[in-house]
Amino acid sequence: MSSRTNISCLQEAARVAIFGGTHGNEMSGITLVNMWIQNSAEIERNGLLIKPFISNPRAVEKCSRYIATDLNRAFTPENLSAPDVEGLPYEVQRAKEINRMFGPKGSADAYDVIFDLHNTTSNMGSTLILESSTDLFNLQMVHYIKKAMAPHTCSVLLNEHPQLKYSTTRSVAKHPVGLEVGPQPQGVLRSNVFESMRTILKHALDFIEIFNSGVTFPPCTVDVFRVQERMDYPRDTNGNITAMVHPHLQDCDWEPLNRGDPMFLTFDGRTVLYEGANTVYPTFINEAAYYEKQQAFMTTGREILAANAIRKACK
Amino acid sequence: MALLFLPALARMAVCGGTHGNELSGVYVVQEMERQRKEKGEGVWPIPVTTVLSNPRAVKECRRYIDTDMNRCFSRDTLSSPITDSSPYEVRRAQELNNLVGLKGSTDAIDLICDLHNTTSNMGLTLILCTSSDWVTLHICKYLQTKITKVPVRVLVLDFPISDAYSLESVSKHGFTLEVGPQPHGVVRADIYIIMKEAVDLTIDWIHKFNSGTVFEGGDVEAYMLIKSVDYPRDPETRTLTAAIHPQLQDKDFCLLKRGDPLFLSFSGETVNYEEEETLHPFFINEAAYYEKGIAFQLAKKMMLTIPAVRVQKD
Repeated sequence: MSSRTNISCLQEAARVAIFGGTHGNEMSGITLVNMWIQNSAEIERNGLLIKPFISNPRAVEKCSRYIATDLNRAFTPENLSAPDVEGLPYEVQRAKEINRMFGPKGSADAYDVIFDLHNTTSNMGSTLILESSTDLFNLQMVHYIKKAMAPHTCSVLLNEHPQLKYSTTRSVAKHPVGLEVGPQPQGVLRSNVFESMRTILKHALDFIEIFNSGVTFPPCTVDVFRVQERMDYPRDTNGNITAMVHPHLQDCDWEPLNRGDPMFLTFDGRTVLYEGANTVYPTFINEAAYYEKQQAFMTTGREILAANAIRKACK
Repeated sequence: MALLFLPALARMAVCGGTHGNELSGVYVVQEMERQRKEKGEGVWPIPVTTVLSNPRAVKECRRYIDTDMNRCFSRDTLSSPITDSSPYEVRRAQELNNLVGLKGSTDAIDLICDLHNTTSNMGLTLILCTSSDWVTLHICKYLQTKITKVPVRVLVLDFPISDAYSLESVSKHGFTLEVGPQPHGVVRADIYIIMKEAVDLTIDWIHKFNSGTVFEGGDVEAYMLIKSVDYPRDPETRTLTAAIHPQLQDKDFCLLKRGDPLFLSFSGETVNYEEEETLHPFFINEAAYYEKGIAFQLAKKMMLTIPAVRVQKD
């Protein structure tokens, strides 16, 4: 047993952005950000620059997920380096603009933290989405939030999968965090979902303020669900779905799915079973926006991540 | 009331996708067409026409392309001249009028069953334009006795027939099957199963009726639309300043009394129901109604008395 704890010294998180409307029909984030643009008192914290921002205003105006292409898949290196020419899809232009304002992605000038606010039609409750298992700042923040939210559950989804990971709007920042709260239909504002998201953000900003004040956060562990596989609906040769998520799986996000458990129900009443060898934990079950992305649900595996103690680095 | 003799129902239409993102109906129609292809026209005991009402909106998984199709079936819209700038849904409404109408004529199809979903917690709600069509009221009574998994309620809009603008006003008898809660763009198996069962039972009733079964009369509990209530909004920007209160959310058809909470503002204040009359809210927090300025609608509960009916023999 060492007499000195290993403490990671991390840079102060001076600039934070809160994005709403990355998808124009996910109403909690849109409503919160618009509210905070009008009156930012609730999100102000000592010594912290906090910018609430509507990422896809045209989609918000139309109450539609996107105009030409999904903004939350648009932050690829190709798109971000595309020349400024006529005819670029709206969301590609917007991605470049956001990268200029809050990035550049991967550089020292990028914003420290971006919270990207989303809703889902899936029964995921309050979920925090991480893109790296080694971002100590994010792991400690998520640990803090989970503790503060208890007994209300906050699940943590880790998407570090080489093929399934995607170029999110928030990936422009050094520490990207996705907030996903459901179930909520697109275009609908549910009071309980709105208040949950508001509370998660309150705790997140509290953490950043406390961290910036120089407090040491002790080592911790975080229970996460790591993305494994995308499962599509059964489809016919024309690409139309031929079955629905089975009633036994519907709404059972984060619960174990074992070999032999019902997975889909065809329109004429036949059950399709899960045939995988290992127990998985499905999530994003029956998300409206994923029918066109060929995804009925995602499988995940449970993992415990360890994080070192952290403290703000001395200048 | 005495036994009433009514003409047989020769043919019915099942319409899905009138709103392109209300998916139960889209897939019920798809499944019925697959069954017809597999088993031939005799798959149902009566002739059934299946219709995908708004194919372009279905393809894009949107409520509508240019304008809400379910407002395009008024006599004026159906007879308006079509030009290059006519909305897609107006053209399509006229096409549908030719297919299952003509509205008001003796050639119109006997019954339209229009399939819809709502994000509101309305279970199975049977929506009628009129409270005096014994055929549709008997179908409602039949569905209420046979379906026990979810509440089955009757909602009467009580339009003068000449003003009716929805798809089911095209046929001689018509009603909407509204099932929720389901997000738009999602098909839930439990909701699909209820919708399919309701369609199958409707076909079943018509077959029994046409075969001479006497359907006893009685009382049918129904809700009559009184008015709509909008969200509290900022007077300048018209943006919402409150959401449906958590105690009202998902409580469609509950009893709303004076002092009950309606909205919770973003700054934490509760807005209460201030009227004297006890009414029943429904379409609470329907996604498609934000743009129509409707947070919920209010209905009065009433009893409709219907006569016994039997098919008239030629």
